[in-house]
Amino acid sequence: MTFARNQWYVAAYGHEIGRELFGRTILGEPLVFYRSEETGEVVALADRCVHRRYPLSESRLEGDTIVCGYHGFTYDKAGTCVFVPGQARIPRTARVASYPVVEQDSFVWVWIGDRDRADEALIPRAPWLADPDYTTVCGMEPLAARYELLVDNLMDLSHETYLHGGYIGTPEVANTPITTEVDEDNKIIYVSRHMADAACPPFYSKSTGIEGRITRWQDIEYHPPCLYILHSRIAPVGVLPNEDGSDPDAFHVEVVYAITPETEHSTHDFWAVARDFALGDQEVSDFLRENNRTVVMQDVVALDILEQVIQKEPEDYQELSINIDTGGLAARRILKRMAAESDEPVKAAKAAKAAKA
Amino acid sequence: MSDRAAMLRGDTVYRIHWELGTDVLIGVCHCGAEHDSEDPVELWEWLLAHPDGHEPPSTDQPPVDPSAADQPPADQLPADQPPAAREPVVDRQPVGAQS
Repeated sequence: MTFARNQWYVAAYGHEIGRELFGRTILGEPLVFYRSEETGEVVALADRCVHRRYPLSESRLEGDTIVCGYHGFTYDKAGTCVFVPGQARIPRTARVASYPVVEQDSFVWVWIGDRDRADEALIPRAPWLADPDYTTVCGMEPLAARYELLVDNLMDLSHETYLHGGYIGTPEVANTPITTEVDEDNKIIYVSRHMADAACPPFYSKSTGIEGRITRWQDIEYHPPCLYILHSRIAPVGVLPNEDGSDPDAFHVEVVYAITPETEHSTHDFWAVARDFALGDQEVSDFLRENNRTVVMQDVVALDILEQVIQKEPEDYQELSINIDTGGLAARRILKRMAAESDEPVKAAKAAKAAKA
Repeated sequence: MSDRAAMLRGDTVYRIHWELGTDVLIGVCHCGAEHDSEDPVELWEWLLAHPDGHEPPSTDQPPVDPSAADQPPADQLPADQPPAAREPVVDRQPVGAQS
């Protein structure tokens, strides 16, 4: 398996990063994070001392420098070594890699790839997570499965009927046809499932107070590789948006996932639920947090099992795809393309260098 | 649900509509060509083979705007069409579609 490098990934929530050193592995690269005392910005460095590879995340912060907990090699915010023990000369190669970081929409995004290709404008947005007109609950669950399994899972919500029955699944989810769209140039996959008359699952009846059947729309917007958004619209049956696009009689929930590979066989499963109703209502927040975490954990348990199964299967195992998989197939193809493209400039540079030699 | 929703507005959008009440998938290429199948793998192969096997839209019909190839005029949209298909709503517009 190859990762899609030269992409932005969510490394953490902003609230996770403070003045404690914070270690997290992204795409197989161990990173250490902290928040600068001087600027408040998040710093991301390779989490291995250049000397004997001791994890810097197990070391200590002194101002805006990390002092290695093994021999005291000291690194500034850019990863440059500014002190080595017992000698005045600091070797020229004494530095650790630093990573471009952007804090946006409550997430800490990190660029995994060539520094000079990091373009902030490429980061997809999830503005609801930091919007005062929404109330958000969020979490992160470690997944002992490859990230592609989570993408498959989220791109086909018909599994809600079976894996999440009694929470968010009702029979209509699996029984309603979908429309799948793929924007090749902008690399966006969109899957719409609009249920005109559906049972209201407890997740929504208890949080919105709607009694009886509902019009339920699920619009998935996936920006591979990392950001997945489910625009969920809930309203009493027959209640539709106004002609001008306003939609005051519906309840809107933006379910956001950030799918960040940790290793080839494990994933950081960030989830957030932003709602435009019951703003600031702690009881509703507690209910949605607990229930959404339960749903996420149902997926985690299933995908962890699936990962173990896949690891024991031959690589050429033939799966069967049906109509519900139309969006998932599109996502797989785009991810494969992104992984293949991610090394191209490096290869080209190496080829050019070899040609000159 | 409308079986002809269209949310993405880029120049190179492929769409697959699952026809209500059937097992049939209808693939719509950005060039306007259409193809039916009951197998999503086969249908993606057909779409991605563009322009191979993609007949141009029939000449006895008005020219098709690729960005709205499968979208009726706003005043003919079904009542349950999402508002973004009538008029883009800023906070629902896919980010990439703005570029």
